Amino acid sequence: MTSTPQATARPLRTGGHVPQPRPTRGRRPRLYRELGSLAYALIAVGSLVVLICAWWLYARFGGINPLFLPTPAQVAQRFADYARGDLLADTAASFGRVTIGFLLSSAMAVPLGILVGTMRPAEAAVEPAMGFIRYMPAVAFVPLTIIWIGVGEEQKWLVIWIGTFFTQVLMVMDNVKRVRRELIDVGYTLGLSDLSVLLRIVVPAASPAIWDTLRITLGWAWTWLVLAEVVAADDGLGHRVTLAQRYLQTDTIFVALIVIGVIGLVMDLVMKVLGRRLFGWAERGNA
Amino acid sequence: MSTAKLVIRNLSKDFRVGRDNVTAVDNVSFSIGENEFVSVVGPSGCGKSTLLTVAAGLVEPTGGSVLVDGEVIRGPGRDRGVVFQSYSLFPWLSVRKNIEFALRGEKLSASDRRSRAIEQLSVVGLEKFADAYPAQLSGGMRQRVAIARALSYRPSVLLMDEPFGALDALNRRAMQELLTRVWEDHRLTVMFITHDIDEAVFLSDRVLVMSARPGRIVEDVPIRLERPRRVEVQSTREYLELKEHLLAAVISSEPTLAVGGGA
Repeated sequence: MTSTPQATARPLRTGGHVPQPRPTRGRRPRLYRELGSLAYALIAVGSLVVLICAWWLYARFGGINPLFLPTPAQVAQRFADYARGDLLADTAASFGRVTIGFLLSSAMAVPLGILVGTMRPAEAAVEPAMGFIRYMPAVAFVPLTIIWIGVGEEQKWLVIWIGTFFTQVLMVMDNVKRVRRELIDVGYTLGLSDLSVLLRIVVPAASPAIWDTLRITLGWAWTWLVLAEVVAADDGLGHRVTLAQRYLQTDTIFVALIVIGVIGLVMDLVMKVLGRRLFGWAERGNA
Repeated sequence: MSTAKLVIRNLSKDFRVGRDNVTAVDNVSFSIGENEFVSVVGPSGCGKSTLLTVAAGLVEPTGGSVLVDGEVIRGPGRDRGVVFQSYSLFPWLSVRKNIEFALRGEKLSASDRRSRAIEQLSVVGLEKFADAYPAQLSGGMRQRVAIARALSYRPSVLLMDEPFGALDALNRRAMQELLTRVWEDHRLTVMFITHDIDEAVFLSDRVLVMSARPGRIVEDVPIRLERPRRVEVQSTREYLELKEHLLAAVISSEPTLAVGGGA
């Protein structure tokens, strides 16, 4: 901003003393402009408030049967009841399933993705099948999984695995391919073996991107879980939705949906914060 | 300059671009003597960087061979240190750890590794930045770290691929002075790739001019400017004549560079 000593000695914007003419020339660009964090928070909270108000107004005065659209107050009341009842048990059941299913999928997908991303023969062997299966909707696999292994816990894990694994492999492969070629070359010129280059350069260099892949796919795993529970389960948040439908408890469905959304949001936030902790260097940019 | 340290013998490298075969390096032969500093200059795209990656062992030649101390190389190795143009530091490691990473191949204790890293950093004047991360450094400082890292494990040949190409003019000049000083103090066999003729004349004992399509060595010019060299040499008559001569050689090798001859 300042280039000459004079300019440093006296700030450019003193304000007040000299009346400045109103700027009229040109137009200020609006796209991609920065926004202060306070203004951002105000707008974010404001939009939520507007949304809830609109919901409330419509439900209260819109002539809608409360059986179809409960008011926010009804939902809040139902939430309080649910919180005293099965909320914790349902959440724990769902959370446990998604954790196991997601870990199973990730533990298999990350090593395979790294291998496929670094070895072309492995890519040739794996990529076509993965790319194909990825486009088969996991939803359609649910009946098949029930035929195969029933409606136990394993079936929930399997649904999550089917919905997550194939895409994870392809995303991790892409993460690994994006590692800068120079870093790999440095490793080899330092006399490192293939395995050392893989473990000591490829893995650390790709890990922030892989972490991001895990964060995004965890969100998906969560929705697959809810799907599996909606179809067949004895407990869990998805099961609660199905149960509520059976008894026309629309407000309970709302509560379950909101809880599912909030848990997803919290998981994402935790992953983000952890990622920043673990891979702070990646925030500082490439060097 | 008696014994040949690095020998490039009848080296060729073809690339497939779509359906076409492009010859990047065409039957190139030359040798670099022990502790000799040799630059290869040429227009961009003439295959000079390809030459270096083949010498480093990172790319297999289509024909011919590369010899170090009389032995044919098969792949990359610690006998040849490489400095790349940019993005070669590990961003997750501090400056010191970047150098220690290169020293893991040596039989050193952790504390010896550490002191060797600091010692190398002081050669390039960056010992105060040992705990900084690459992203916190300027482009010039990063290249100094890259040079310190390549020197740290005492390779017998140093291969430098346009190491100052991404720097601004002022930083490039400072780096050239630094490199000359380091080289004059430590003496090492160097193959230096650049498109900057000034840089090549200032740094080298010999400059090879490479032509594009096909990539061949068209001139081999000894630079007998006195050492130690300082920037003042750039205003001497001898220096200017060498520069003029090399410039003419590069331009005549590449028709599009001649004024009025196209781009």
